[in-house]
Amino acid sequence: MRGWLIPVVLLAAALALPFVVPTYYVQFASKALIMGMLAMALNLAVGHGGMVSLCHAAFFGLAGYVLALMAPGYDPASLLLTLPAAVLASAAAALVIGALALRTRGVYFIMVTLAFGEMLFFLFHDTGIAGGSDGAYVNAKPEIAIAGHQLLDLASPLAFYFVVLAFVVATVALLTMLVNAPFGHALAAARDNERRARSLGFPIFRVRLIAFVLSGALAGIAGYFAAAQFGFVAPQMLGWHLSATVLVMVLIGGLRSVTGPLIGALVLIVLEEVLKASTDYWKLVEGFIIILIVLALPGGVRQLWPLIVGERSDEAPQSRARSPVAEGRHG
Amino acid sequence: MDLVTFGVQLLNAIQYGMVLFLVASGLTLVFGILGVINLAHGAFYMLGAYLAYWIATYTGSFLLAMVLGVAIAFAVGLVLENVFIRRLYGRDHLVQVLLSFGLILVIDEVREILFGKDVHAVAPPAWLSGSIQLTDNLSYPVYRLAICGFCLIVAALIFFVITRTKIGMIVRAGAENREMTRVLGIKFDVVNRYVFAVGIALAALGGIVIAPISTVFPGMGDGMLILSFVVVVLGGIGSVAGAAVGALLIGLTDTFGKVFFPSVSSILIYVLMAAVLLWRPNGILGRREV
Repeated sequence: MRGWLIPVVLLAAALALPFVVPTYYVQFASKALIMGMLAMALNLAVGHGGMVSLCHAAFFGLAGYVLALMAPGYDPASLLLTLPAAVLASAAAALVIGALALRTRGVYFIMVTLAFGEMLFFLFHDTGIAGGSDGAYVNAKPEIAIAGHQLLDLASPLAFYFVVLAFVVATVALLTMLVNAPFGHALAAARDNERRARSLGFPIFRVRLIAFVLSGALAGIAGYFAAAQFGFVAPQMLGWHLSATVLVMVLIGGLRSVTGPLIGALVLIVLEEVLKASTDYWKLVEGFIIILIVLALPGGVRQLWPLIVGERSDEAPQSRARSPVAEGRHG
Repeated sequence: MDLVTFGVQLLNAIQYGMVLFLVASGLTLVFGILGVINLAHGAFYMLGAYLAYWIATYTGSFLLAMVLGVAIAFAVGLVLENVFIRRLYGRDHLVQVLLSFGLILVIDEVREILFGKDVHAVAPPAWLSGSIQLTDNLSYPVYRLAICGFCLIVAALIFFVITRTKIGMIVRAGAENREMTRVLGIKFDVVNRYVFAVGIALAALGGIVIAPISTVFPGMGDGMLILSFVVVVLGGIGSVAGAAVGALLIGLTDTFGKVFFPSVSSILIYVLMAAVLLWRPNGILGRREV
């Protein structure tokens, strides 16, 4: 039962957190959870599907823009209306981009997703939609109201935190189920040996496209809440620098796990916060840390775990020798 | 649109395509031969432009800036290959993407420490700063013509080296079959190092020649990186000829798109890319299989 213990303890800690720390940290935790959700969404494509996408920030930002465009002036938008619309927009974009990009493999796929992601960036940057390069404000946080009675108001940091936490837990549950279902096995088979999977009769293109669209839709949920939290959307939300940063989170957390990227996101966000507070040249330090992690720990920061705990594991040297995507399906 | 305006736009398109080719050919060479996808390529384009500004300001000579800028970029390329890039050979693309992303952060910050984050302008050399009078109210800057000529010479040089010299033969053999080339006793590690440095130098050269006609600003590398990727996807990875075709196609699409369809011009090159992906997923001159 040890496998259950850690998640339950972590969840309990997450539930108790807002009651013991000041509001600032509750907001910070919400932000980390949102980025964690984005990283988990991306990992469905990258880690489980072997599709290294550099356009997930576009799906993330697109959902945020949908909220900004649908929000009625200074009144709160309806969550039940705007969230599905935002997710639908992200999923539609992922469907079109995925259908085109999945005609290619490997490095081509990276380049094509990057280019299409930047197309959406320039769409919001160059044209006058929602303020162009200046971005647009989301003046009031979304709410759920029935016949004038407010049931849920995201303007309260506490309510916001719990809603985001609920979505994160749901995402973890969905992804865990998916990865262990026949669909997840087909996806992994296509990643590990495409030719063999194809000859076994798996509809590779369809499986990959479904995973990609789902991953884009989940990124959209994260983007919706990010826009709601910051009360502001700008084209930078769609830019590929964010996509690459989230890829770093995925790598830190480990490609083969569902919850790893969540931890990766937390690690990177805390690291950025500490660096920003301690040096003006934090990007320089962050760049070097990323390079170091990539070179030394291709299997993610989890590789350090046995070293810290002192547990002897025969898995670590193995995964070190192999490249992350070619790695087996353990963990 | 009369013939003269059309001619001017055509020249603009070709000039734009030529600079794109310089940068993209570096990217496609590095990928074709080293098998490394380098996201930091655009950062070196930006660095080249800043070096041009910096050296030209201190020495007053644009030509000197060009020579020194390319030399510095080449040296930086040698060092980077030795320290970081050679650890990426044969590694997963994800690792390459993230390492080069880390490099971008480092390069951006180094640029900010050395040159600041202001927007700059660079003057072209005096003897190229005039313009040719085409009609009463239309003229064309000499410097843009000089870029066309210069880029043509560089392109011819690249093609000559790759198709007609022994170095080119080794490079082509390496792109075809890395292990076999090594087995034949060719010091491929050294070839790799120089190819990477040349690729970086080409990106910087693109940034240097563009500096006098565009502004020098911190984000300029990002846009160029994306465009180079589109060029490579259009032309086919590893193919220098493909890069030339892709670059000219984008130059024409972008320039005439801005003239005829100004409202959607920024999307047009991506539409072009989507069309090529539907038609030939491996690029116009790419191999059938990757």
